[in-house]
Amino acid sequence: VADRRTINTEYLARVEGEGAMTVRLENGRVEHVELRIFEPPRFFEALLRGRSFTEAPDITARICGICPVAYQTSAVNALEDLCGVDVPEPIRLLRRLLYCGEWIESHALHIYMLHAPDFLGYAGAVELARDAPQAVERGLALKKTGNEVMTLVGGREIHPINVRVGGFYRAPTRRELRALVDPLERAREAALETVRWTSGFDFPERQVECELVALHHPDDYAIERGRVRSDRGLDISPREYEEHFEEEHVERSTALHSRLRERGTYLCGPLARFSLNYDQLSPLAREAAAEAGLEAPCRDPFRSIVVRSVELVYACDEALRVIDAYEEPDEPSVRVDPVAGTGFGVSEAPRGLLYHRYRIDADGTILEAKIVPPTSQNQQAIEDDLHDVVSRHTHLDDDALRGLCEQTIRNYDPCISCATHFLTLEVERA
Amino acid sequence: VRHVVIGIGNEYRRDDGVGIAVAGRLHGRVPPDVDVVECEQEPSRLIDAWAGAATAFVVDAAGAGAEPGRLHRFEASEQPIPARVFRSSTHAFGVGDAIELARALGKLPRHVVVYGIEGAEFAAGEGLTAPVEAAVETVAQAILDDLERIREEP
Repeated sequence: VADRRTINTEYLARVEGEGAMTVRLENGRVEHVELRIFEPPRFFEALLRGRSFTEAPDITARICGICPVAYQTSAVNALEDLCGVDVPEPIRLLRRLLYCGEWIESHALHIYMLHAPDFLGYAGAVELARDAPQAVERGLALKKTGNEVMTLVGGREIHPINVRVGGFYRAPTRRELRALVDPLERAREAALETVRWTSGFDFPERQVECELVALHHPDDYAIERGRVRSDRGLDISPREYEEHFEEEHVERSTALHSRLRERGTYLCGPLARFSLNYDQLSPLAREAAAEAGLEAPCRDPFRSIVVRSVELVYACDEALRVIDAYEEPDEPSVRVDPVAGTGFGVSEAPRGLLYHRYRIDADGTILEAKIVPPTSQNQQAIEDDLHDVVSRHTHLDDDALRGLCEQTIRNYDPCISCATHFLTLEVERA
Repeated sequence: VRHVVIGIGNEYRRDDGVGIAVAGRLHGRVPPDVDVVECEQEPSRLIDAWAGAATAFVVDAAGAGAEPGRLHRFEASEQPIPARVFRSSTHAFGVGDAIELARALGKLPRHVVVYGIEGAEFAAGEGLTAPVEAAVETVAQAILDDLERIREEP
């Protein structure tokens, strides 16, 4: 007679938004792992149809309260690609600076508020703050600096209103950007402290085997532009994305799983970026990585917290470099006339590759929009990792197993605030 | 002395946007020492939004299983809000978490009043459902009344 046990928890806390997970065990074997965390942004794809192409950055910014700049950047990249516009260097640099602000804000949120408590044995950031207020204050200060960058360049900290196809509505002056130097220098120190802090955590030994996918650009650590590359030889332009990647409908759910055609599961995000583009990190970020004992490639999802910390150092460092190099553009934006056809855009959201495709007509009306967020792309890799983790720990009791599953999911920083709501976690044993 | 009203939520998640709607309703109707702020997701930002304020009103959608449009009101100055009432878990880091984090770090305003409006629909989409829409003015007026009382306190 099978001894059936079912455990339910209401929420998987400390993941962006909410989601649900089911693990089914039969006679000690993992039979089924299902993560219901991500609903593709179909509502927004539908909302975009019939709207002017100039509205795409504003509308897509609403998809996520954590990474609006990523959505805006992939959108403008796609539309400028289609309309044959290459923005001048100062505008590109401003976009990169804005994006650095988002990385700082998002990484600090995940490291301090969501992920670190797992390693230190706390239920969450509130409990951590009672014992280690200085650490949590450091995280909040980092977040605040990221917000300041986003507010100054983006016009508003979330859903930045200053971004448009062709550039910005208004470009900040050199003098205005100088005001960010002091806070960013302090943030860079705090980021170095973050690397020292997280690298001292205890890490279980863990390696994921799937293909790693990230943007690459010859001139810098790819953020706001690049070609799509992998550690197994993929090297394609954004317009070739759908020839190589496919989305599979998952049975019994609204989810889509992304796969590399004929190659299978892949992972994007900090581990992939660090592994592919390590050489392009700033000397300070590379030094911090070395001191933390990190080497590229890094395939350990637990150590993603250290990789995010190193990227935090890089984002502060790079923001300072951009501010130093910034020359005010003659005009805050260049004119973009609509061209009938299809445009493709990518960028590195804090959580990984974000792909947009738009088909517009000669008047600039959007006929079709396709958006593939990083969490959608990583879903299969997360499920595979969960399957493996549970298989190795079936001896644990349900609470311990649930905790391990939650941490495994949080290792990937899945963004589901832009997705489904309630999260229930079920472990079924038969 | 400054006071702040913070509406939190996501306008593209139907009733989740009610906090933003209440904030929108209050612009231009509050005394000059009151700021009205919209916070679209990510409640750890609340801690910056209420920095330096004597009183913070936080308005969010609730999902306590009550009748849609029903109003919940909590004083958070002395004790935690019942986190389960709020849609806080739709956010990365809930309203209740932000309040408790601020309390642990000594960053909580003297008065914190949280209004929750029970929502019906939280799927992707635009527009509040009728009972929630009907509650927007009620909450706005309740906050104006609270403000009048608080500002008369010595």
